[in-house]
Amino acid sequence: MSRALSPAVAAMSRKPWRKGSVLPGFPLALGLTLTWLSLIFLIPLSALLLRPWELGLSGFWTVVTDPRVLAALRISFGAAALAAAINAGLGLLIAWVLSRYDFPGRRWVDALVDLPFALPTAVAGIALTAIYAPNGPLGAPLAEMGLRVAYTPLGIVLALIFVGLPFVVRTVQPVLEDLDREVEEAARTLGATPRQTAWRVVLPALAPALLTGVGLAFARAAGEYGSVIFIAGNMPLRSEIAPLLIVIKLEQFDYAGAAAVGLAMLALSFTGLLLLNTLQGALARRGRA
Amino acid sequence: MPASSPRSGDTDAAMPLIVDNVCKRFGDHVALDGVSLEARQGEFLALLGPSGSGKTTLLRVLAGLERPDQGAVTFAGEDLLAMDARARRIGMVFQHYALFRHMSVAQNIAFGLEVRPARSRPAPSEIRKRVERLLELVQLQGLGGRYPAQLSGGQRQRVALARALAIEPRMLLLDEPFGALDARVRRDLRAWLRQIHDETGLTTIFVTHDQEEAMDLADRVAILRDGRLEQVDTPDRIYDSPASAFVFSFVGEGVQLPGHVADGVLSAAGWRTPAPAGTAAGEVTVSFRGECADLLPAPADGLPARILAVSRRGGSSRVTCEIGGQTFTLEAPKTLMAPGVEARLIPRSLTLHPK
Amino acid sequence: MNARRLSAGRLALIASALIALSLIVVLPLAMVFHEALRQGAGAYVAALAEPDAWAAMRLTLLVAAISVPLNAVFGLAAAWTIAKFEFRGRSLLVTLIDLPFSISPVVSGLVWVLLFGVNGWLGPLMQELGIRVIFNITGVILATLLVTLPFVARELIPLMEQQGGDEETAAITLGAGPWTTFFRVTLPNVKWGLLYGVLLCNARAMGEFGAVSVVSGHIRGLTNTLPLHVEILYNEYDFVGAFAVATVLAGLALVTLGLKSALEWRHAGELAAVRRH
Repeated sequence: MSRALSPAVAAMSRKPWRKGSVLPGFPLALGLTLTWLSLIFLIPLSALLLRPWELGLSGFWTVVTDPRVLAALRISFGAAALAAAINAGLGLLIAWVLSRYDFPGRRWVDALVDLPFALPTAVAGIALTAIYAPNGPLGAPLAEMGLRVAYTPLGIVLALIFVGLPFVVRTVQPVLEDLDREVEEAARTLGATPRQTAWRVVLPALAPALLTGVGLAFARAAGEYGSVIFIAGNMPLRSEIAPLLIVIKLEQFDYAGAAAVGLAMLALSFTGLLLLNTLQGALARRGRA
Repeated sequence: MPASSPRSGDTDAAMPLIVDNVCKRFGDHVALDGVSLEARQGEFLALLGPSGSGKTTLLRVLAGLERPDQGAVTFAGEDLLAMDARARRIGMVFQHYALFRHMSVAQNIAFGLEVRPARSRPAPSEIRKRVERLLELVQLQGLGGRYPAQLSGGQRQRVALARALAIEPRMLLLDEPFGALDARVRRDLRAWLRQIHDETGLTTIFVTHDQEEAMDLADRVAILRDGRLEQVDTPDRIYDSPASAFVFSFVGEGVQLPGHVADGVLSAAGWRTPAPAGTAAGEVTVSFRGECADLLPAPADGLPARILAVSRRGGSSRVTCEIGGQTFTLEAPKTLMAPGVEARLIPRSLTLHPK
Repeated sequence: MNARRLSAGRLALIASALIALSLIVVLPLAMVFHEALRQGAGAYVAALAEPDAWAAMRLTLLVAAISVPLNAVFGLAAAWTIAKFEFRGRSLLVTLIDLPFSISPVVSGLVWVLLFGVNGWLGPLMQELGIRVIFNITGVILATLLVTLPFVARELIPLMEQQGGDEETAAITLGAGPWTTFFRVTLPNVKWGLLYGVLLCNARAMGEFGAVSVVSGHIRGLTNTLPLHVEILYNEYDFVGAFAVATVLAGLALVTLGLKSALEWRHAGELAAVRRH
């Protein structure tokens, strides 16, 4: 069965990659977007992706498995993971309290949650160091208990908790607020205590959002520099973070080495996020056809 | 502790649910204004009314999701208001189903049984059996492993019902159960719900704003307006003997006009007729159904009606006419009258309510 | 929002949340101001009047003044492309635009060094042309552009997707040209979202540290932004100076938070449905 197609339809079927629209400006807007994106991001990124191979595959591997590099990666990602896990609990608590209870000044407290996000990282860095230094308001009592915080990996974790908190709170809060009250009322009429309702009905519904928030906090914390560089001890193999190692290599003009560490960081972040995404997808599939 | 109700002569077994003078306000808004009613054991009672009439509030008071400011609610002599929603053993089906999205159908249904304290919780095998039986009851066998997102609206509603029935409630409450479904599914589910009710014998109270649904399904209908109970009666009696002009206009179609009674004569819209015996003088609202009136061409002794439109369907016609300055549409036997004709509408029986 | 009667359990929850927030968020903020004023108001004002501090402030403002508008235009173009049209590769584009957000700031600076540094791909070429990118304002701007790339786009894309293309289509059928449609129909609809995105973009542009630190060379008076200046002073043990400059940045953060909250409270309906960071 053949019928002559109208020219417009024929034109569209030649370009199946785009659905026709009467709105103008697509070529210009797409062109601008892609050009800018390439200039500012993709081309520089390609430098990162390609430069390490200048060392060859074995060379790259040698750099990345160097004990100092491994230690730095371990510290950056390990501290990030720990901080993200702690933020899961803290963030959930804060999001819960903010969305379900009303108290004087709630709005202001709610606005404050975004401070770590708005505050420049260097400012956060020196402030946190001052707090946890042996003579600081929190560092002193902790020192009496025998805990040294500043210039140790513990300090790094605490700084990353500061950095990641808003990510968890802000991803969980909207889901909490949108939660259908009827569902909780249903649980109540079926005989569940408030704690049972929280555990069996509300928290499972929050799980996907919580995972997303933790993922975001983790990604942000793993690459964090400014908030951490002051409170970390920066001792190689002990309290040196991966971004610092990149800076050091650059100062030594070891571009390939710096790129290798950068690439390794990207790969690790990517893997971590992929894992979380899969987990979250599995959870979310229960709630979606 | 069963205590005999001071209100009715029946025993509590016959009139288990007693709502006595319940009042509830939200800020300035009065949702319930001294509502009292009773439901018999196993009765299917509809709460009908326009939005804002308080019907949903009343249902939520029964469920324990709202506390009334005043009044008493007892079931089989037990004071329901003294119990939290958790303890009342009342099965509630919500308008938007409120299913637990992250649990399967079977887990949803089993929920009420699994949250029971250890001593009153049935064994897991027993729970599974009950879930299976309920799935059969609501005709969803084999779908226990599905998730709510994979079900249609009608199926979800049935899961919500099964979940409520699982706890063996003393009473079933439904909040506009078919509100979110489309017309065809609605009608199918209506018949099925009545069937379930007859099988389980549970006292069921359901809220709706759809009068056709209420009249179709319920043993008795309670009509609410602005937080007050206008009438509680069987559908037939509500239709034939509406207690107020509002009830007449809310249920069914008909003609409603202002009128005046003086010296035994009723005058309305330019028609004078002897007033029914014993009618007090004064301003009244005259109401009658289209099928209780005859439409004849003028001249004749009846209400002057100017025909605006006639739509013929099969053996009857829908006639739109203007009477006393208002427009009404009624079912009339097949008529050959055309628009523009001056006719007379003669009610064979009419109801008068004082203004 | 439901206000519930406060039982002991709920009170405990609220109290723990508030304590956690105070320790984690409020304490650092308070610390900045406390340390800045440690030696009294006189020392504080003197630190701020330093010429190097002023140069840093000027540079920060310049960098923001260039990066934010450029990325705002990018954000509008990207949102127009993505929200009003369907095409293959659309979700890939969205993911790509979001990526700079999850990359370590140091890496965002590293890539520019890899391109334009002494040993970079284009390094020798730049040297021949006499163009200095690294250790120069240009590098600082490029690094800031990369780091702030997604901010406006992230706000506008979901917002414009939510609004759909119906109004623009109506305008076209009524005879409006493309630019007229954009300026008189689209732009007014997204103005609050745009403002919100610009606000966040600006906060990041002014406060960026890691990326800029890698490319700037820390040349005082020339390539030092405010955050870098904080670091320099701190490393020289001029704590009062460092914290004094930090208060300027903290003040900026508070203003950002205030405007952000004001926008959220007043125009919640006209900002994107999902607040993501």
